[in-house]
Amino acid sequence: RCRTLPLACSRTYYADKVAPVGSQPDKQSSEYQENYDRMKVLVDELRSRTDKIRLGGGEKARRLHTSRGKLLPRERIDRLLDPGTPFLEFSQFAAHEVECVIVANDATVKGGTYYPVTVKKHLRAQEIAQQNHLPCIYLVDSGGANLPRQADVFPDRDHFGRIFFNQARLSSEGIAQIAVVMGSCTAGGAYVPAMADESIIVRKQGTIFLGGPPLVKAATGEEVSAEDLGGADLHCKKSGVTDHYALDDNHALHLARKAVRSLNYRKNIEVTTEPTEAPLYPADELYGIVGDNLKRNFDVREVIARIVDGSKFDEFKAFYGDTLVTGFSRIFGYPVGIIGNNGVLFSESAKKGTHFIELCCQRNIPLIFLQNITGFMVGREYEAGGIAKDGAKMVTAVACANVPKMTVIIGGSYGAGNYGMCGRAYSPRFLYMWPNSRISVMGGEQAATVLATITKDQRAREGKEFTAEQEAAMKEPIVRRFEEEGSPYYSSARLWDDGIIDPADTRLVLGLSLSAALNAPTQKTRFGVFRM
Amino acid sequence: RGVRLVSGGVGRIEKVLIANRGEIACRVMRTAKKMGVRSVAVYSDADRHSMHVAMADESYHIGPAASQQSYLSMEKVLEVAKKSGSHAVHPGYGFLSENTEFAEACKQEGIIFIGPPSSAIRDMGIKSTSKHIMSAAGVPIIGGYHGEDQSNDRLQAEAARIGYPVMIKAVRGGGGKGMRIARSDTDFLEQLESARREARKSFNDDVMLVEKFVEDPRHVEVQVFGDMHGNAVYLFERDCSVQRRHQKIIEEAPGPDISPEVRRKLGEAAVKAAKAVNYVGAGTVEFIMDAQHNFYFMEMNTRLQVEHPVSEMITGTDLVEWQLRVAAGERLPLLQDDIILSGHSFEARIYAEDPNNDFLPGAGPLLHLSTPPPDQHTRIETGVREGDEVSAHYDPMIAKLVVWGEDRSAALKKLRYCLQQYNIVGLNTNIDFLLSLSGHPEFEAGNVTTSFIPQHYADLFPAPRAPSGVTICQAALGLVLQERKHTLEFTQTSTDPFSPFGSSSGWRSNIHFNRNMTLQVGDKKVDVVITYSKDGSYSMQVGEEVYHVTGEVELEGGASFLHCSVNGVKSRPKLVILNNTVHLFSMEGSSQVSVPVPKYLAGVSGSGAQGGAVAPMTGTIEKVLVKAGDKVSVGDPLMVMIAMKMEHTIRAPKSGVIKKVFFTEGSQANRHAALVELEEEVEETEASSQ
Repeated sequence: RCRTLPLACSRTYYADKVAPVGSQPDKQSSEYQENYDRMKVLVDELRSRTDKIRLGGGEKARRLHTSRGKLLPRERIDRLLDPGTPFLEFSQFAAHEVECVIVANDATVKGGTYYPVTVKKHLRAQEIAQQNHLPCIYLVDSGGANLPRQADVFPDRDHFGRIFFNQARLSSEGIAQIAVVMGSCTAGGAYVPAMADESIIVRKQGTIFLGGPPLVKAATGEEVSAEDLGGADLHCKKSGVTDHYALDDNHALHLARKAVRSLNYRKNIEVTTEPTEAPLYPADELYGIVGDNLKRNFDVREVIARIVDGSKFDEFKAFYGDTLVTGFSRIFGYPVGIIGNNGVLFSESAKKGTHFIELCCQRNIPLIFLQNITGFMVGREYEAGGIAKDGAKMVTAVACANVPKMTVIIGGSYGAGNYGMCGRAYSPRFLYMWPNSRISVMGGEQAATVLATITKDQRAREGKEFTAEQEAAMKEPIVRRFEEEGSPYYSSARLWDDGIIDPADTRLVLGLSLSAALNAPTQKTRFGVFRM
Repeated sequence: RGVRLVSGGVGRIEKVLIANRGEIACRVMRTAKKMGVRSVAVYSDADRHSMHVAMADESYHIGPAASQQSYLSMEKVLEVAKKSGSHAVHPGYGFLSENTEFAEACKQEGIIFIGPPSSAIRDMGIKSTSKHIMSAAGVPIIGGYHGEDQSNDRLQAEAARIGYPVMIKAVRGGGGKGMRIARSDTDFLEQLESARREARKSFNDDVMLVEKFVEDPRHVEVQVFGDMHGNAVYLFERDCSVQRRHQKIIEEAPGPDISPEVRRKLGEAAVKAAKAVNYVGAGTVEFIMDAQHNFYFMEMNTRLQVEHPVSEMITGTDLVEWQLRVAAGERLPLLQDDIILSGHSFEARIYAEDPNNDFLPGAGPLLHLSTPPPDQHTRIETGVREGDEVSAHYDPMIAKLVVWGEDRSAALKKLRYCLQQYNIVGLNTNIDFLLSLSGHPEFEAGNVTTSFIPQHYADLFPAPRAPSGVTICQAALGLVLQERKHTLEFTQTSTDPFSPFGSSSGWRSNIHFNRNMTLQVGDKKVDVVITYSKDGSYSMQVGEEVYHVTGEVELEGGASFLHCSVNGVKSRPKLVILNNTVHLFSMEGSSQVSVPVPKYLAGVSGSGAQGGAVAPMTGTIEKVLVKAGDKVSVGDPLMVMIAMKMEHTIRAPKSGVIKKVFFTEGSQANRHAALVELEEEVEETEASSQ
């Protein structure tokens, strides 16, 4: 099963020679084929759903938009980027060989107004910029806060105002803020270009004002056109709200690229890098290995083998706490520490994980969590063994680790396992889900059984009967609800993750994420008190 | 075939000054080097970095670019000859090569002039004299009037006597200058006046001769060589019939379809002509030949001709070596019986000119230049390299491509094959024209006359074919691969050399990256939708067609080749990308596809295709017709410039207001330089909103 590896230039013969992890799957087996087909269905669904999303606000809205000589948001991004550069959508990157976060309003969807989740997404983008030290480019084409939903977008801490708070704070941290006004920037929206370090506006298309013509008319009776009130001529020549005058979308994006070029930005990467090596196994074998049945076990090393450079994985504590797999690898030449689940977490696994996280923080190695976890082991023996405090150690380590953390939910994400394996609450720099994955406090089946047992006990105390039919009828909606709410689409729509990815893209997505994450300067980690 | 070495003679030539530039200077130096003769170059300001300067053992600056003050200055050339201790001066062709005074002056300074005695130059230089001599020597000449009475009446009467059509020619003329055809009595005077005017301007002499004009004649010339020992030989004929602007562009030896009998007669007549003037050195006797292969003496060129290599190729000789030996007093290396004709040779002259614009001569930089590999049967005679400039001051010939084959059809095939590999970017050339010319069935059949181009005009200038979808895909692929290379180069030199952001894979999460690329194809804009596939291939949609495209750029011998596959059909065109334009060269011809200059950048610059007001070639601004603030409409004249001795009117490419005029009268503008800044007229809507 050991394949020959190209001999990397090493100073000692065989020094780099490690037995690669992973094995050739039996592609003829019915299990592999069933898995493959089912995962393929999920990936195809993911593609077709994404295709719909990319279209934005439907044919009519798009035609209206383009008929005004405007580019669609994704076209804007494409033209902003270096041609052909990978772009990791929902959230980020890259213009003029500088990795960037791009926030583009889609005016073809509800006029680009901010719904609660729009605000959340915008803030998440800024959070990514802040954590990873990435310049922000705002392609603004938005009617501002969605008025009917004002209560859900205006008053709270993480509402609309936070966007401008963030702009100021990001700028103060030296993270460039560039705004390109390609449509309206009304009311609060006016602060996006106004708060930016540098702003560009498209003539006869971009407008910026605190109060639009209808508001002005209502307030003072003054009648004024949008262009005269806040067009490019006004803001570039008189008010000074914008700095650069663009003739059209393309020109504006060209100017934005020039602005990025003038950032005098240099990525200072504080880890060692090595030439990239492709894994030894095709990525789509993940379909056949993992499948869609969360109850079916697979060895997480097979997943690692299809993600890391040369399928090389230097495993740490291989024979101890073996339900948690830990070890060092490289992805696109970047060093990573990988923590993957191979079953339920025991005390040993948790302690091993804690140790490994400490190692990575000590050595400034980014952490990758491959999450497929039903939770920590339960039962008297384990409670007595102090699984709660061992679990707490791992949670403490994960929470305090300041190296870049990335999480991919490749299967189940249940209960405290989600915490120990760096769920959303533990602020991984990026969190992605596979289409087969599920996330909830526990499995629907278990939750229904727990609730049914409580009811049954209650009924029993009251001397009432609880028939099998009644139990089934009670459990059914609970299972259904958990199933629905545990779906990655349910999660993604609420920004509990940064996107659902094709398992076959995992390596590239992690590589891009690492590349982005390494823009931020290293932060020292100080761990909290570990309960011993 | 050995070369007979003859000892003795008038002088030793160990160092030769080449009073010329460009390819002929390089050609002479190559032989000089071979013979161990040191070479001395002269150069003008414009030629400071030219190839002939680099090739020479010594080089001397002789003045400004204008040839009157440099290459035509006898004093300066002689001064260098003396200073450098040159034993001989090789004048090449053109410039001082047929200047009697110069030949004389050399002699007086004790420097060998590599050419015939000045008397022969003088005798042959004046056409009327040369015909008298030839007539007397029994060389067939054509009916004509070469008299001194230059009155209109006399000339017209002579024309009537000879019979129309007649040719009116300046006695001192050459190169088509001061030459007109009168087809009947009614247009005679007009043509006469026109010829005189041009002759006065060109030669400061308007003495005219009138002779019979042979309809659709062939131009056949014989290479002759004489030595100081009374020997004269011929090296067979060349056919140079195919001409444009009365200048040769493709020559061959021997003449097609000429019987050995006629060949011998031609040769003997030419030798007779040479002997009549005690000719020494290399010379060419030009004949015009009618459809029945009757030939008449036209003139004798007392120099080594541009097209001499085709004669060398079929006789296995080095005529420059012969020149040097003969000038040193040696006997001719071969006598007539030793000179054997073998195979067939073509020469195609590659010019900086625009065949689609009446062969308007051009100038400019050779941004890209790649040639077929030279070998024993393929010669590339040139004086320029990639990066050099074809100067507007001199002849716009870039190179001569000379090939040899066992027979005419083999040589012609070779010529076309080599022409396809001769690729130039930066200026217009006649290469595509030469290809269509050499591929014409009548040319292949050897049916050449001096009227060839006008007769087959429609075939030779086919309506430009729009590049096919496949070509557009190749161009788009070339651009995508170039971007990828640039990104990779940048990434690799950055602090994070292996970042997957440098991959240019066009990866997008869960969707395929569709990219709209707009390309300028001729005068049309074409949209190409490129989809980046996971396997590194691309699907490209051009109009309704979708193509599956893969490929890589490979470097071979300094040139880039696009090894690509479009819908499974593999090809490997040469790829040159310069200034946002993709040039593809394949055996099917060349095509150009460019990335249009974005509107926001097109304000000032913009190429001709974009409709910018730019200089079409390097030249001098003669007149400025607009000033800042003027309103102009499309087509209004903005400036007049003089380039390549011709007037060019530069017109407004669009309506608008002149914001700035970048040149004043008398200043020099480079090719493609923006002449004015023109602000597009503001649209109605905007005007009303302000």
